[in-house]
Amino acid sequence: MIRFANITAIVFLILLFGPLSQAESVDKYAHLRANLIRQIENDVYATSSYLNKKKLGSRVMQAMATVPRHKFVPNRLIPYAYNNRPLPIGEGQTISQPYIVAIMTDLLKLKPSDVVLEIGTGSGYQAAVLAELAEQVYTIEIIEPLHKSATKRLADLGYSNVTTQLGDGYYGWLEQAPFDAIMVTAAAGQVPPPLIRQLKPGGRMIIPVGGAFMTQFLLLIEKRADGSVSTRQILPVRFVPLTGEH
Amino acid sequence: MRPPFIAIALLSGTALSYEILLIRLFSIIQWHHFAYMVISLSLLGYGASGAFLTLAGKRFSHHFPAVFMTNALLFAISSVAGFLCVQQIPFNPLEMAWGSHQLFYLLLLYLLLSVPFFAVANCIGLTLVSFTKNIPRIYSCDLLGAGLGALAIIILLFLVSPVTALYIIGSAGLLSAAVAMFECRIQPRWIVALLLFSGLSLPFVLHQWSPLLQLSPYKSLRQTLAVVGTEIVAERSSPLGFLTVVQSPVIPFRQAPGLSLNAPCEPPAQLAVFTDGEGLSVITENDNRQDSFTYMDYLTSALPYHLLSRPSVLVLGAGGGADVLQARYFAADRIDAVELNPQVADLVKHTFKDFAGDLYRAENIHLHIDEARSFVAGGKRKYDLIQLALLDAFSASSAGLYALSESYVYTTEALIEYIDHLHPNGLLAITRWIKLPPRDALKLFATAVAALEEMGVQEPGRRLILIRSWKTSTLLIKNGMLTPQDIRELQKFCQKRSFDLAYYPGIGVAEANRYNLLDRPYFFAGTAAILDREQREDFFSRYKFNLKPATDDRPYFFHFFKWSSLAELLSLRAKGGLPLLEQGYLLLIVTLIQAIPASLLFILLPLWFGGTIVGHRRPTPSHATSIRSERWWVVTYFFSLGIAFLFIEIAFIQKFILFLGHPLYAVGVVIAGFLLFAGWGSNFCSRQPSLHLPVAGITIIALLYLNLLPTIFHHLLRLPDPLKIFISLGLIAPLAFCMGMPFPLGLTRLTNRAPELLPWAWGINGCASVISAILATLGATHFGFSAVVIFAVGFYILAAVVYPREI
Repeated sequence: MIRFANITAIVFLILLFGPLSQAESVDKYAHLRANLIRQIENDVYATSSYLNKKKLGSRVMQAMATVPRHKFVPNRLIPYAYNNRPLPIGEGQTISQPYIVAIMTDLLKLKPSDVVLEIGTGSGYQAAVLAELAEQVYTIEIIEPLHKSATKRLADLGYSNVTTQLGDGYYGWLEQAPFDAIMVTAAAGQVPPPLIRQLKPGGRMIIPVGGAFMTQFLLLIEKRADGSVSTRQILPVRFVPLTGEH
Repeated sequence: MRPPFIAIALLSGTALSYEILLIRLFSIIQWHHFAYMVISLSLLGYGASGAFLTLAGKRFSHHFPAVFMTNALLFAISSVAGFLCVQQIPFNPLEMAWGSHQLFYLLLLYLLLSVPFFAVANCIGLTLVSFTKNIPRIYSCDLLGAGLGALAIIILLFLVSPVTALYIIGSAGLLSAAVAMFECRIQPRWIVALLLFSGLSLPFVLHQWSPLLQLSPYKSLRQTLAVVGTEIVAERSSPLGFLTVVQSPVIPFRQAPGLSLNAPCEPPAQLAVFTDGEGLSVITENDNRQDSFTYMDYLTSALPYHLLSRPSVLVLGAGGGADVLQARYFAADRIDAVELNPQVADLVKHTFKDFAGDLYRAENIHLHIDEARSFVAGGKRKYDLIQLALLDAFSASSAGLYALSESYVYTTEALIEYIDHLHPNGLLAITRWIKLPPRDALKLFATAVAALEEMGVQEPGRRLILIRSWKTSTLLIKNGMLTPQDIRELQKFCQKRSFDLAYYPGIGVAEANRYNLLDRPYFFAGTAAILDREQREDFFSRYKFNLKPATDDRPYFFHFFKWSSLAELLSLRAKGGLPLLEQGYLLLIVTLIQAIPASLLFILLPLWFGGTIVGHRRPTPSHATSIRSERWWVVTYFFSLGIAFLFIEIAFIQKFILFLGHPLYAVGVVIAGFLLFAGWGSNFCSRQPSLHLPVAGITIIALLYLNLLPTIFHHLLRLPDPLKIFISLGLIAPLAFCMGMPFPLGLTRLTNRAPELLPWAWGINGCASVISAILATLGATHFGFSAVVIFAVGFYILAAVVYPREI
């Protein structure tokens, strides 16, 4: 009887404080997210002369502040979800460093009416950020387990404007082309020409170049109104290679 | 009882084999430079053994056979079990820079892997302590065994997979224990029989169970195999690398480094070839149709073919044959393809012969299995074009992982050699990955300028072209002046492919940053500063990466790190600056930072517990006095010898690489040569008790070699390989013979003065050896290998100075 009373008391306490603790955890993540956003803002300001801007677009920062990164990382890594660092997501893939995600997203200069293609869904985090900024996001993943988990995750979080596909990103998504912007977040040995063809005139494509856990430089491809293409190699950091130069 | 000489030799050889094998295994499951760090630190097991035996030595001496056997068995079991456990630890070195619990995993790795070395060191150290009259002979067996072990593992890795080699090493440990029992005449004999039976059957039993090597999920091979439809179609193993061939019929490989965005077509089907799970190269399907290879005209490496007509071509680093196919696409008159790894060539020539269109059997294609530099130096043929292929993987290169890999193909002397083998107006073409801010391309440009100046060319700038795509750069060095026609072809080539001109004689800044836009025209500004003799040194010192040309004495082309930039780079780490930190070099520093305190601990521990030393529960006045009076010379002497021996050995491996051609020959011949002849020297020193003679011999021979070896090698380079190996051993013999003497002489002297300190000296020497390997690389990076030899001579002289008189 005593045992039964104990169990009842515990259940009661859980019922009483459960919602409170849940609310607390929501607050905790919001607070952590806000800290992360502040850190990104500070880092961007510190690297402003290289990025040619003192701050990133407010819509981009709002999207970064909205997407719950902790929902996109494995459970054991949730405590690190709002650290400004890349994290492993399984299958040898990573969720990018938030600072790099913010810069890459900003470089696309998205409008609310834009249609975006992403190559390399991964955890779905970048697609979610893009979905906050664009009308429609199409994303392709080459690794089946990642595709499945990201599709479910994005649906659970209510990102109805994201459509996922399993397959080869090299040929883009012809049925939905052309796109206002393309983001290639998977390792790219080369720039797939079909993707350039699926980019609208005036559109932008961004490719991070480097290995796992680090980005060497960003490749920004711009398609001019006349269809000609230019590329820009952007270092995501303020670093001048000669001393005495600024 | 006599010492177990054969068991000592067996154990010592097996331990050295295990050390080399661990580097191989770790290079496969992780990355080479992490392998270096983990194994270096694990070798501190030798130092730990010294401290352990000092504290407990005599107690163990009384039970020598049992303790020896236990440690031999511990080695046998822990060498296999340790590595199998290591595979279960989720260590991810790529995350270390981001700070996490990886350090804990790293510590676990050290502990697991140091056990076998600790056990072997216990066996040898205890034998030295227990049989002081036989010290020279015991040490001689130790060295001879290690020398044979170095050769044995290289041969073994040609015959069996690294995992099977691991089992064989475990079994050799068991056999050593059996031999020790037999030598020490320990009863009962059925244990000997059981050990022999277990040792001989272990590889077969474990082979049935053979677990796969667990590669890091971040290695290219693992990531590729995660893609739907991929399949391993062939595997090959040798000391040069573990090759895995993968086909991906659903989502094809499209390897074409730096392909122009204007390319109208994509590569045909390809098979991926991974070396140690990284370094993707491809075998391309060859249907012998010209239009299948149009994409090859849209790579920066295609430029020389637009300036030459039907050239004779030498491809250095043929790999899967991409550059050979390119030469063939451009109707090269004759193609000589040089590949270091015979198994890579065999894949193209035999295993995937049909897929590769029987490429290496084509009439005008000649395949040579050789090291690039050695092939060029050893041949008389001249070429219209020498193509130096893109040999390293982009991701590893961009992370600076090759920072401390010696490379003799990009040194000033190498470039002179290549240019010497060009016909008049011939071209040397070198393609590299692009890094930002520029590193490889500018360093290569500086190396080319240095080479041309050394050849007496007044205006090097009139012979150089540098172009870049978004991912690769190609440098052309002409054996003659560039003509206006060359420049017109160059401009046409780049314009059609949207490649940028980084440098050609007469370039203007407006031309330099047109298609692949950079924040500033870094390549243009860099090449201009390098060509300007007055600006050059100032530019090198102000540039935040090391761009000074690599030389044969400091063959670290990929070493771009500068200490003066460290603070800035560290501050930018989380702001996207991590790739600017050169990991290879920093890991070496981190290894040193870990090795020094650990060594100090092992050296000082016996001093702190000096009172209980060698089994005496209470300090005795005589022991306390012996520690006080002997400690300084013991530390200085044995530490100096530990540093100096490996300094010379490592430096001479590098010196002999150019002569012996193949790095494996050099490592095998030099290590085995040094250890075998040093073993002979150690055995001889019981008849020659003076230290001054061997130290004088080392000093004279080492310094003489520094001056004479380049000339000797230059004249004998074209001799057949067996003769070169024989000559190398002949050159190593007198130096190594002398180097084998100081250590046993020191131990013998210590036996007479304070025998209780013998294991301590053994441990000090072990710690010094670990630090020595790290310092040798650091010294070579900053001062060159010749300086490393001079430092070593200095340490030998220091040892001679502190060597005490006999009492």
